[in-house]
Amino acid sequence: MTVSQTDFRAAVLDPVRPVPEGLVDPEGRAAGKRFDVYRNNVVVSLSNALGEAFPVIRKLLGENNFRILAGHFVRAHPPVSPLIALYGEALPGFLEQFEPVRSLGYLPDVARLELALRRAYHAADTLSLPPAELQALPPDALAEARFRLAPALQLVESDWPIVSIWRFNMEDGPKPRPVPETALITRPQFDPEIAALTPAAGTFVSAIAAGGSLGEALSCASEIDAGFDLTPTLGALISGGALIAIEED
Amino acid sequence: MLDSTAHETLPLAPGVGYKPQHFAAIMADPGPVRWLEIHAENYMGDGGRPLAQLRHLAERFPISVHGVGLSIGGEAPLDRDHLARLAHLVGWLNPASFSEHLAWSTHDTAFLNDLLPLPYTEATLARVASHIDQVQEALGRRMLLENPSTYLAFAESEMSETDFLREIARRTGCGLLLDVNNVFVSATNQKTDPRDYIAEFPLEHVGEVHLGGHDEQEDEHGAPLLIDSHGAEVVDPVWTLYAETIAAMGPRPSLIEWDTDVPEWPVLAAEAERAAAILTPARQAVLS
Repeated sequence: MTVSQTDFRAAVLDPVRPVPEGLVDPEGRAAGKRFDVYRNNVVVSLSNALGEAFPVIRKLLGENNFRILAGHFVRAHPPVSPLIALYGEALPGFLEQFEPVRSLGYLPDVARLELALRRAYHAADTLSLPPAELQALPPDALAEARFRLAPALQLVESDWPIVSIWRFNMEDGPKPRPVPETALITRPQFDPEIAALTPAAGTFVSAIAAGGSLGEALSCASEIDAGFDLTPTLGALISGGALIAIEED
Repeated sequence: MLDSTAHETLPLAPGVGYKPQHFAAIMADPGPVRWLEIHAENYMGDGGRPLAQLRHLAERFPISVHGVGLSIGGEAPLDRDHLARLAHLVGWLNPASFSEHLAWSTHDTAFLNDLLPLPYTEATLARVASHIDQVQEALGRRMLLENPSTYLAFAESEMSETDFLREIARRTGCGLLLDVNNVFVSATNQKTDPRDYIAEFPLEHVGEVHLGGHDEQEDEHGAPLLIDSHGAEVVDPVWTLYAETIAAMGPRPSLIEWDTDVPEWPVLAAEAERAAAILTPARQAVLS
């Protein structure tokens, strides 16, 4: 009687499955509760990892509901890599489909924001573009400038006020108002910082991230908001260390 | 590569499993702690604070890299991407030691985040030995393999865990990491005597010792069932077993592991002090 890892894995992730035959206690009896130790370790350790990674989702759902949801999620989507620090890529999609929370339309984007924060936290260290290099450009060259961006830069677009929801739960911020917000995440040194962008400013950053020039990004943003002023958004990118070089043609 | 040439081996002294919340306390006053162990998988990001802290720690302390995700006992081939990440970390950090577990955690792409048990058979021996050969080749160094905590047994097992580990060390040249708490947990759960296990263990291959806390439960028949939780103080019977083991084999680098409900630094330092009280006389006995 051999127990394959395929059988072991299937039973560990499914509490209804019988314990594979051939796993025994010291008296040779079938391992019931002893097998449950592994079942418990797997689900609890992964649920804990998920809870640490998504503190706002946990708070929004409450501890008990989050535990139940996490139990379903880890069984349906166990990690595909031993890098647990980045576990949960599939959570936003899961939240869109999971019936009990489908009415909470903002949850998936809040989860995307929490994922982006962790990506920023672990991203490579980079040196920011010296402001003098930008100031030295003549105006027409400035409009044509394209930038290499820090890998810590993350942008999460949403129809929901995701940044306000995050601040309300993590920093006792004011009650969120129902406006769409794009989250801009930068990492000046080690701690990621979040800023809420208007849809036009979000489009501006997104165009730069896609390789567009400053002029192209400005015209994309102006299509959404004719009065768009790039100064504060460009300032946030610079102070957040998000611009690391001007691309040479 | 970092300049860690001053830290080529772990000292015959206490170390602790490093937790980021203890960074400032350790840098200010490490007390009896002479080296640190990190979980490899927590330092595989591209940058940021974890790697920056590790760089600071490595300038001051010998570091042991302890893998928890390689799945050396897995039926499938080792994850080459993960092995490459590990080789990258070990190549950059040049740690004093690298260790992993006699266990599996990945199967059919799913990483289960637990150290799952293996049957002790000829087939498992061949597989684990070949995976260790592959790891030692990829890292360009000898590794240590840790004995597991087990909660059940495989009816198909053909040999004892100690015979299994002795044969693995013989075939691969790897060293062993003796977790004394795991010995106590497994022996209680398997209804055997932990002293017999130590007596049968190939102590000559031991390069490091682990100490940690466990939880006490019962199985459905009322038999004791100990869970390796790393969430409490080391219990007195484990300290006794540790002292007897050190007396039998001599001093070894000894680690306090505390991974869940992590306490304030002084609690951890006090555990390390307790290990030092056993290690220091043993080290002096060797020198005299």
